[in-house]
Amino acid sequence: MTLRRGRRALWILIPIAAALFLVSLVVGRYGVRPIEALRALFSGDGSDVLRALILRVRLPRTIAAACVGANLAVSGAVLQGLFRNPLVDGKVLGVSSGAAFGAALALSLAGGVAAVQGLSFLFAIAAVGLVAWIGWRFGAAPLVLVVGGIAVSALFDALIGLVKYVADPLSRLPAITYWLLGGLSASRWETLLPVAAASVVGIAFFGLFSWRMNLLTLSDAEAASLGVHVRPLRIVVIGVATVLIAASVSISGMIGWIGLVVPHVARAWVGADHERLIPTSAVLGAAALIGLDTVARTALPGEIPLGILTGLLGIPAFLLLFLRLVRSRGAER
Amino acid sequence: MRLTAVDVSYAYVHGEEVLHRVSLSLVDGEVAFVLGANGSGKTTLLQCLSGVRQPTSGVVSVDGRPLAQLTPRERARWIGVVPQLHEPAFAFTVAEAVLMGRAPHLGLFARPGASDRAIVDRALEAVGILGMRDRAYTEISGGEQQLVLIARGLAQGASCLLMDEPAAHLDPRHQHGILGVVRELAAREHLFVVTSHQPDNAFLYADSVLLLVDGATHSYGRPAEAITEESLRAAYGMEFEIVRGQSGARAVVPRVPASPS
Repeated sequence: MTLRRGRRALWILIPIAAALFLVSLVVGRYGVRPIEALRALFSGDGSDVLRALILRVRLPRTIAAACVGANLAVSGAVLQGLFRNPLVDGKVLGVSSGAAFGAALALSLAGGVAAVQGLSFLFAIAAVGLVAWIGWRFGAAPLVLVVGGIAVSALFDALIGLVKYVADPLSRLPAITYWLLGGLSASRWETLLPVAAASVVGIAFFGLFSWRMNLLTLSDAEAASLGVHVRPLRIVVIGVATVLIAASVSISGMIGWIGLVVPHVARAWVGADHERLIPTSAVLGAAALIGLDTVARTALPGEIPLGILTGLLGIPAFLLLFLRLVRSRGAER
Repeated sequence: MRLTAVDVSYAYVHGEEVLHRVSLSLVDGEVAFVLGANGSGKTTLLQCLSGVRQPTSGVVSVDGRPLAQLTPRERARWIGVVPQLHEPAFAFTVAEAVLMGRAPHLGLFARPGASDRAIVDRALEAVGILGMRDRAYTEISGGEQQLVLIARGLAQGASCLLMDEPAAHLDPRHQHGILGVVRELAAREHLFVVTSHQPDNAFLYADSVLLLVDGATHSYGRPAEAITEESLRAAYGMEFEIVRGQSGARAVVPRVPASPS
């Protein structure tokens, strides 16, 4: 079997992502026909309310969905390569648990949106910092980092439990619970800005670095024989991936499965070379989350938490991909 | 091109040398085999020769330049390593795997270009697998994977290639296929250091043989001088007989207590 397929993946994906972006702007529960919304968007017609709705609510939310989807997918692809393990995503480094603890803490103290976003970002970085510190002390081998990640995640999960236990069950606990389910309803231009900045810088970094990511999938000794010193590179890559995930989680809450499933789909399509895998994952992740978020806010009278939706769709997608992988490798695995 | 090691010693733990004052020297066109029992220091020697490990004492140099004075990137342009086969985590294509050999020639954020891809094609052609360039590395045979790793060393531009047990896990036809390619490439201005558990292959393919016992040189020289019944006993702790086939090739036959006949 040759693997020259998928060279044109981006030519197919970018128009799909753009179309979903437009659809996401013009559909919603506010009673307005898509054609009117389109007119309001492009020619400035329509009421001020309609224009405000589209420009101040739907547009930042759709951009947030694109950024979060791309961030989670790219960091998932990169971490899978770095850990030489296709079953890894941001959870492995304790990012999600750290971010969730930060948000829960802010919500339990009645902090505003900025406090939630700021604390969840800070604790996500702190969690990975702890994992990286443990890893560095023991040689930064992938296995050590995974063990460190499990320990740090468990620590923050316990702390989240503590925060929920002491939180006011009438006013604070529901907010924490809802945040942990994940969703983009808090997206405004102000909250979007740091996420978008992280996306642009982080994804550009991995875009430039994409070919060299291939070398990080080799063993340390093999990479060293090619003149590549993997330890510092690994820490830098983990750092940038962490910022991407932390920025996303700080605005969206816990959204699982995108970071795991999207890179798998992209790899099945364009192959393992990160030069094509990273851009493909970015666009596919953005398209997937724009689409899912549109469903989340339009399918039912009330909004469906996005994390629940990605889980419900992600699990079967993951099982299908995994079965495909097992079948193609035959009896080996 | 000349690769020399002078009195190379290595200790993982201070005071416990696993390699003791080993020396060797070879030039373009030559193939050296390193023989020795498991744990005799073959792989450690290879790692010192590639510069991945710094000898605790002694010097490895290429064309008179000590490896310690070269940056890792410079080193990787002189010396390539062909590791033992292992299952990679991702299905890179053959061409993508060989392209990784261009790493020491490319900057941190650089991507390989058309000239690098042309070098990859030449390397694949040199080992005779250009037709497989778009196959998945995970789906080709062990012998073919070994050729891919040799091609990666060629794409590095390395004239010294160090091979860690290339014959392990391969059937006789593939073993001799690989070692035939090694001989062919040696004739085209390369030198090879090959670790092996097969003295027979050393008789067939080596210009020189280094036989290690407990990390020290037991014998070093032309195959017929270095591999004797006495040196094999010292290396492996059992008795062997060296016989000559009708073609004149030497072979090693173990003397086992009771063979069914």
